[in-house]
Amino acid sequence: MNITDRSIERTVSVLLLWGVILSGTITLLGGAIFLAHHWREPVSYQQFHSQPRIDRIIPEIFSGALHLRGRSVIQFGLLLLIATPVARVAWSLVGFALERDRKFVIITTIVLLVLLYSLISGALTN
Amino acid sequence: MTVAEFTPIVFGAALLAGFLGSLTGLGGGVIITPVLTLFLHVDLRYAIGASLVSVIATSSGAAAAYVREGFSNIRIGMFLEVATTLGALFGAYLGTHISTRALSIVFGVILLQAAWQTARKHREQSKPLPPDPIGEKLKLNSSYRTFAGEQHYVVHRVKTGFALMFGAGTISGLLGIGSGSLKVIAMDSAMQIPFKVSTATSNFMIGVTAAASASIYLSRGYVSPPIAMPVMLGVLSGSVAGTRYLSRLSVPLLRRVFAIVVGAIAIQMIVNGIRGAA
Repeated sequence: MNITDRSIERTVSVLLLWGVILSGTITLLGGAIFLAHHWREPVSYQQFHSQPRIDRIIPEIFSGALHLRGRSVIQFGLLLLIATPVARVAWSLVGFALERDRKFVIITTIVLLVLLYSLISGALTN
Repeated sequence: MTVAEFTPIVFGAALLAGFLGSLTGLGGGVIITPVLTLFLHVDLRYAIGASLVSVIATSSGAAAAYVREGFSNIRIGMFLEVATTLGALFGAYLGTHISTRALSIVFGVILLQAAWQTARKHREQSKPLPPDPIGEKLKLNSSYRTFAGEQHYVVHRVKTGFALMFGAGTISGLLGIGSGSLKVIAMDSAMQIPFKVSTATSNFMIGVTAAASASIYLSRGYVSPPIAMPVMLGVLSGSVAGTRYLSRLSVPLLRRVFAIVVGAIAIQMIVNGIRGAA
C-alpha cells in the first residue's frame, strides 16, 4: 500500500469523525438524563465551587457514568472529546513512522510526550 | 433563571461560537467567555473550563471535515506545535515575574494593528519570495482544493514563523488568550501560507494545546457538567456548519470576519488590562 500524507489525513479524519460522534452522543444522553431531573431548578454560577470529586476524578466519573448518573455521563463524554486530539497526534505518529519520515517521527513524538505529560499530571491532581 | 432557560441560551451562543471559531481558526472561547461572564454572570473559573471545552470541540468538529477537504496541513501544524508548546512553558515560568496588566494592553494594541493589516491584504501572495529550504526539507509545501482545481503552495520564512509561534505560545501561557489569532497571523503574513490553510491548521493546533490544559482544569473542578454540556453540543454543531461554509466562502470576506473577531479580542484585552482583570 502506498502511504502518503493524504491517506494518513483521510484516516485521521475518519477517526476524528467517529470520536466526535461518539462523545457528542454520550454527552447528549447525559444531558437528557440531567435535564429530566433538574430542568425546573434555578441556576447559580456566580460563586465558584469546585466540582465534587465524583465530577472531577477520572475513575469516579467512570463509575458514575456506569450508573447512568446524568452529570457523570456528561463528564465521560467530555473526557472522550479531550481524547480526540490526542488520538489525532498518536495516529499521525503511526503514519509518519509508516512513511519512514524520521524527522517527523521525532517532532510528533515530542508533541505527544508533552501532551501525555499534561494529561497524566492532570489525572494525578486531586 | 432555571436550568430549562439557561441551557438553550448557552447552546445558542455555543452554536455561533463554533461557527465563527471554525471559520477563523480562533476556537470558540472568544464568544463563550464573554457571554457566560458578562451576560449570564457565571464565575470566570467556570467560564475558563467551558471555553477550553469549546476550543477542543471546535478543533475536532472542524477537523473531521477540514482534513477531508484537505485544507489543514498536519506537517506545518505539528512542526509549529513544538514551538508553541515550548513557548507556553516559558510563558508559564515568566508569568510569576512580570505584570500581565501592562502586557495585556501592549498585546491588545499589537493585535489591533495586525487585525487591520489582515483585513487590508487582498492578494494571496504579497511578494514573490524564494521557497524556504527548511520547508522543502521538512516537506511542508503542499496543495489544497479550490474551485479552480488543485492549488499548490510553498511555505516561506519557516524560521521566522517558528520564532513567532514560540512568542504566541509564550503569550498564551502568560495571558491564557489570543494564541489562535497569533497563530493565524504568523502563518498568513510571515510564512505566506494561504489563508484557509492557515485558519484550518490553527484549528488543529489549538485543539492539541487545549487538550493538554483541559484535563488539568477538569481535575481541578473547573468544568461544570450543566455548563459544559450545552457548550460542547452547540460548538460541535456550529463548527461542522462553519466548515461546510468555509469551502464556499471567499478569502477577502473570510479575512474581514477574522479581522472583526480579532479586533474584538484585542479590545477585550485592552479593557481587561486597564481594569486589572487580566
